[in-house]
Amino acid sequence: MTQNRPWIPYALILPSVVFLCLLFVVPLVQTIWLAISENGVPSLANMRTMAGDLNFGRSLINTFLLTLAVVPIQIIMALTMGSMVSKMGGGRETILWIWTIPLGISDLAAGMVWLSILQNTGYLNSILFGMGIIERQTAWLTYQTPVALFIGIAIAEIWRGTAIVMIIIVAGLNQVPKEFKEAAEIFGASQWTRFTRITLPLIRPALQSALILRTVLAFEVFAVVYTLGGRNFPVLVGEAYNWQNQNQNYGVAAAYAVLIMVISLAATLVYLKAIKVDPERLP
Amino acid sequence: MSTVSKTGFISARRFLFWSGIVALCAWVLVPIYLVTLGALGGRTGAYQWPKTFLPTNVSLQPFILFLKTEGVLQSFLNSLGAAGITVALSLALGAPAGYALARYNFRGKDSYRLLVLLTRAFPLAILALPLTISYIRFGLYDTVLGVGLIHTVLALPFAALVTQGIFLGVPRELEEAAWVFGCTRIQAFFKIVAPLALPGLVATAVFAFVISWNEVFAASVLTVRERTLTAYLLTVLSESPMHYRFAGGLLLILPSVVFIFAVRRYLFAIWGVSSK
Repeated sequence: MTQNRPWIPYALILPSVVFLCLLFVVPLVQTIWLAISENGVPSLANMRTMAGDLNFGRSLINTFLLTLAVVPIQIIMALTMGSMVSKMGGGRETILWIWTIPLGISDLAAGMVWLSILQNTGYLNSILFGMGIIERQTAWLTYQTPVALFIGIAIAEIWRGTAIVMIIIVAGLNQVPKEFKEAAEIFGASQWTRFTRITLPLIRPALQSALILRTVLAFEVFAVVYTLGGRNFPVLVGEAYNWQNQNQNYGVAAAYAVLIMVISLAATLVYLKAIKVDPERLP
Repeated sequence: MSTVSKTGFISARRFLFWSGIVALCAWVLVPIYLVTLGALGGRTGAYQWPKTFLPTNVSLQPFILFLKTEGVLQSFLNSLGAAGITVALSLALGAPAGYALARYNFRGKDSYRLLVLLTRAFPLAILALPLTISYIRFGLYDTVLGVGLIHTVLALPFAALVTQGIFLGVPRELEEAAWVFGCTRIQAFFKIVAPLALPGLVATAVFAFVISWNEVFAASVLTVRERTLTAYLLTVLSESPMHYRFAGGLLLILPSVVFIFAVRRYLFAIWGVSSK
């Protein structure tokens, strides 16, 4: 099939290769060049401006803290959800559909959703007021309440981003042969042992791709933060946005972009190293 | 005696199990319900204190008023346009690549897969930053087409990988049989393969739509007047009243939730494939 006309597959992938070169590789190189040059001469001025900026340290720490808080909780929640539906008979499809709804919700919309709960006259305050915990409307999303603001943003991110992790993990769980679990059951392995010794190792590829996807997305966090906290909670992408749109300084924005890319790539490499996936078992 | 306590234990476990399921469903659904109340409650609803959780004082009026606000309808249409371009381009470019990956062994296949997978380790929307300059040069800045192009970068790798899985699911023998009966390759593709792959392709299209519809950063950076809905909502955020923000949130949520519902049967097949 491939012998007589070997050019066919190349013709089929060519359009996408050209497209990705023009709109992925070229901008990638441009970003790096913009970040490490000034007026067309190599220079670290943009990097220095970025590192010297008042918000730089805070945005870096905030982004990391948020990622560290959000990603593990999402993985644990998704694993819990996955094991729950695997024990279900009827109604499984409906429950899965409800749990995947946030997949279609943008981070901007998720911010608006949680704003309706966390704002001063919102539902959280109404509940706390009803229970007598607070006496008047309390602000949670301001500069003075960094911890509450952080928790609010983290909850909104967990709410929105868990669906994709769950889908990847459920897809992985679906591929675990039933016989493995049954055998373990016959040999008297407890539920917890079966989970840690059988299920978890077998869904490693799914875990790995879920972790990579979610972590890269977590470092890109922006709209949720902006909707809930405005500029009270600086994050890396938000700073890039401000340098680009408000300060019209494309160089420093590019420096932030390069930093975010380096962090994302480093995280991906760590996951690829840390979670060994047997290449034999990959299709 | 012992059987009684055992069934008691089992039903307690079942109760716990189902409470967990219900709690997780509420965790997803209640916030959406609350923002809907906010969107339909208008100004008075937004500042009502303390709030009730029942739908009192809701009407479509505030939401319609929001839709009539200047810029909302236009940005809604722009979002549809950008998403349409994303769907068309990512399928037109991605599906042939997926077909090639599924049916042929060729030198460079692994490099191509690497290029596609590499895009995943990058925060792609960030690439909008340097694109501003080239976009201005080529007249793409502040156009729906420009936004559609960058969104295609986000959706294309996904489309290529997913369509590969879809075409792998169509038996090669059927296609070869069509050739034997005198179909050309192109005829065989459109008469045999395409109809069988159609549901999966539609699901891929829906995901490309959702990817574009929900994207905030690149759309905000690359537009000024021809904003998409997300870009519009982001830029007017600080000056818009609370109930407008909730209405905007609801307007963003509605289409993608409906679309996800439409392809719910394919969610796991698709992500099972694309996460490999």
